Amino acid sequence: MNLLDPQGPVAAANSTILVDSVFIMLAIVVPTIFAILAFAFWFRASNPKARFQPDFVYSGRVEMVVWAIPALTVILLGGVAWIGSHKLDPAAPVPGTGSPVRIQAVSLDWKWLFIYPDQRIATVNTLTVPAGAELNFQLTSSSVMNTFFIPQLGSMIYTMNGMVTRLNLRADNEGKLQGLSAHFSGDGFPDMMFDVNVVSSLAFPDWVATTAKTDAVLNEDSYKKLMQQGIETGRPTYRLEDPRLFDLISTQHIPPGPGPELLSDAGRPHSGGHDAR
Amino acid sequence: MLGKLDWSVIPFGQPIPLIAGAVVLVGILAVLIWVIVKGHLPYLWHEWITSVDHKRIGVMYILLASVMLLRGGSDAIMMRIQQAIAYQSQGYLPPEHYNQIFSAHGTIMIFFVAMPFVIGLMNLVVPLQLGVRDVAFPTLNSVGFWLTATGALLVNLSLVIGEFARTGWLAFPPLSELSYSPGVGVDYYAWSLQISGVGTLVAGINLVTTVLKLRTKGMNYLRMPMFCWTTLASNLLIVAAFPILTATLAMLLLDRYLGFHFFTNEAGGNVMMFMNLIWAWGHPEVYILVLPAFGIFSEVVSTFSGKALFGYRSMVLATMAICIISFMVWLHHFFTMGAGPDVNAIFGIASMIIAVPTGVKIYNWLFTMYGGRIRFATPMLWAVGFMVTFIIGGLTGVLVAVPPADFMLHNSMFLVAHFHNVIIGGVLFGAFAGFEYWFPKAFGFRLDERWGKLAFWFTFSGFYVTFLPLYVAGMLGMTRRMQHYDVAEWRPWMIVAAIGMAVLSIGVICQIMQLVVSIRNREALRDRTGDPWDGRSLEWATSSPPPVFNFAFHPDVRGEDAYWDIKIHAQQQSLEHTAPEYHDIEMPRNSPTGFVCAFFATIMGFALIWHIWWMVILGGIGAFATFVVFAWRDHDEYVIPADEVARIDRINLEERRSLVSMAGAI
Repeated sequence: MNLLDPQGPVAAANSTILVDSVFIMLAIVVPTIFAILAFAFWFRASNPKARFQPDFVYSGRVEMVVWAIPALTVILLGGVAWIGSHKLDPAAPVPGTGSPVRIQAVSLDWKWLFIYPDQRIATVNTLTVPAGAELNFQLTSSSVMNTFFIPQLGSMIYTMNGMVTRLNLRADNEGKLQGLSAHFSGDGFPDMMFDVNVVSSLAFPDWVATTAKTDAVLNEDSYKKLMQQGIETGRPTYRLEDPRLFDLISTQHIPPGPGPELLSDAGRPHSGGHDAR
Repeated sequence: MLGKLDWSVIPFGQPIPLIAGAVVLVGILAVLIWVIVKGHLPYLWHEWITSVDHKRIGVMYILLASVMLLRGGSDAIMMRIQQAIAYQSQGYLPPEHYNQIFSAHGTIMIFFVAMPFVIGLMNLVVPLQLGVRDVAFPTLNSVGFWLTATGALLVNLSLVIGEFARTGWLAFPPLSELSYSPGVGVDYYAWSLQISGVGTLVAGINLVTTVLKLRTKGMNYLRMPMFCWTTLASNLLIVAAFPILTATLAMLLLDRYLGFHFFTNEAGGNVMMFMNLIWAWGHPEVYILVLPAFGIFSEVVSTFSGKALFGYRSMVLATMAICIISFMVWLHHFFTMGAGPDVNAIFGIASMIIAVPTGVKIYNWLFTMYGGRIRFATPMLWAVGFMVTFIIGGLTGVLVAVPPADFMLHNSMFLVAHFHNVIIGGVLFGAFAGFEYWFPKAFGFRLDERWGKLAFWFTFSGFYVTFLPLYVAGMLGMTRRMQHYDVAEWRPWMIVAAIGMAVLSIGVICQIMQLVVSIRNREALRDRTGDPWDGRSLEWATSSPPPVFNFAFHPDVRGEDAYWDIKIHAQQQSLEHTAPEYHDIEMPRNSPTGFVCAFFATIMGFALIWHIWWMVILGGIGAFATFVVFAWRDHDEYVIPADEVARIDRINLEERRSLVSMAGAI
């Protein structure tokens, strides 16, 4: 999950900006730290060679320089931030080969549901994508906030109930990656890690075809079962009955997921906790 | 009758909170019994609990912060151990317990350690530096302290009665809404912060008024010590920002108690509103904490370099610039919400702009050291340690202000490392520097230097061993608040961080040892002159500890570094003081208002948490009645006769004169 080992153009651009920014700042920071240590050492009271200048308390030139150094650094970095924010806007398209794949991600308590509306399939806690194609994500949440993040593909984004966020990514190399939720969402939060399988663009239709043969069907009823609080250790797959399921969720036609089962004495310290294990 | 309260709320099944609670309870009981048996109760009541003396209140704030530091630190140790062992296993803390711990750690460290520590130091020092006898509203000051203590008490009560929030220290909805957090944890969180928030607001108003309205003769704004400037900036931020916190939490509480829909998923509630509001308070809060620390370092670096602060006016400008800009950057806490490139870029750049005045401050401290004669007493070690550490924290801070970089680092362990880097390296180092620096002023004896230096080196190196690995873990994609994980490459870094935590703990133990050793050797460490560090500002112009009236005469200030000028003046002219003419001094009477008010506030807060409505009414009426009784008081001042003032002042003058003549001989 190394951020400096990107597997797609978004992550590559993110991490380039990250590394460049660090080096721009190090150019100022390292000499400053060195100067602090050097001044502190040289002007120690026990050093007779150091000249005591108690009246050196103002110098227009020095002031000029000390305001200019951080200001120039920030102007430079500000440019990086402005250009970077626009180029790497999560909603901006990321051109790829072949037709884009639409994926609708829903964060549930405490698992990820990935809906492929065009392929009429859905998966839980595993995301399979073709290498090289543009991936259009639409994201929402069934209940509380989460953050969708595949570190080696870049750019995380929040999922929020009643709202849809957008993210475009591309995976360039076949292989297995890992994704996670990067926003604390309750007791089962650490189990919201998911697998990302990047397969070749030829293998992807095969995978779709295999998955579509599955018996389990995702519709409003099975979705409501899925959104009960709990963790999912398996990797279930579904045929998608209604391709508009995501819209029903994000427009709250399907009401938000329930919290922990209300016990009669709501003050109990453990309410809802046992589901997580 | 008792609302949600019954025996099942005490976690008999969980040994850790139960044992911790029992130990604390036994400790409190032991202290109480000792106090009563030894007959110290009247002394404590008259001299401390009901005191409205800003110095005493400052000391109590710092005591509260120190005790809470131990509590918050224990939470930190437990989290580091959990993450070191919870690789492919559940560790030793189940999620419902672990989640309470990190929530409590953040809440306690910010609200009940960092805040009371800096407010305590400001209380103790600012009136002395301004050359005045007390703060603007002495009784209100006491109310502010006791309400803060109420908040701290309620948070700790949650350890054994019920539970604390399991939502993180900012309790983001909808997780913190009733449907997803039905327990009392979030209520404990919200009511503690509501009550202590009132205390903080009161303290802020008080200190702003003090700096603006109560300055001694000749103390222009541009002659104020840097610490007074940062106090002004910090408290202006408190006055502007804390009402936002109060309003936000009030809305959350309305959601939870009366079925409102400000932040719920249903009925048009909007979580994004909460994010904006809480960070509109939360980002200024960071500067509320760190600005006073900047002030402390300014005093320390200047004193121990034997020079006035370099670029004083530039520093004032930088401070006020930070004060204003810090209100315009809150959105950088949620670049990943998808607000769009223009909004993200503008807030990113605004956040970077704060780095300019902050960088200027670093350089000005650097040039204060240049040409100085630096004495490496413990406060100066903290100052140099701070400068080095804070620059690194600043670097990573500007890094996460670049939106595309933040898209990778948001909420990661990298972020955790960053804000600990600036809060420990900035605020905590500052608090420790101020503690070491002003302790002799408050108590009349110095702290042991050997233990102090050991504490510094252990804390300093422990900090790096703990938090550098977290930067690495963040770069490996690790996010925060993981109760367990299955990623092998994170594991080694978590183990190193746990080792670092052990080193940090040794630092804290050294700090405690320092206090114990110093109290035992206090006669040898006694400071009779009131000026142990060869100081430059007015707090060193009176005895240590200062008399209740601080100054027999209002000092006359003729420039920056007021006391330094007085000393130079006295040496050059070797003035023999003509016997001054003393006058009666009026001082505010002690008042139990603060304590009684907080007592009722505690009852009310507890009752609100547990839905015990009759008790809510009782507490509310009690607190209001206390206020009314105070408002209708007839006498609020007493007079210290001129003879008494003269007697106290002469003792100090003798000591001081011998100091001046000694200094003249050098």
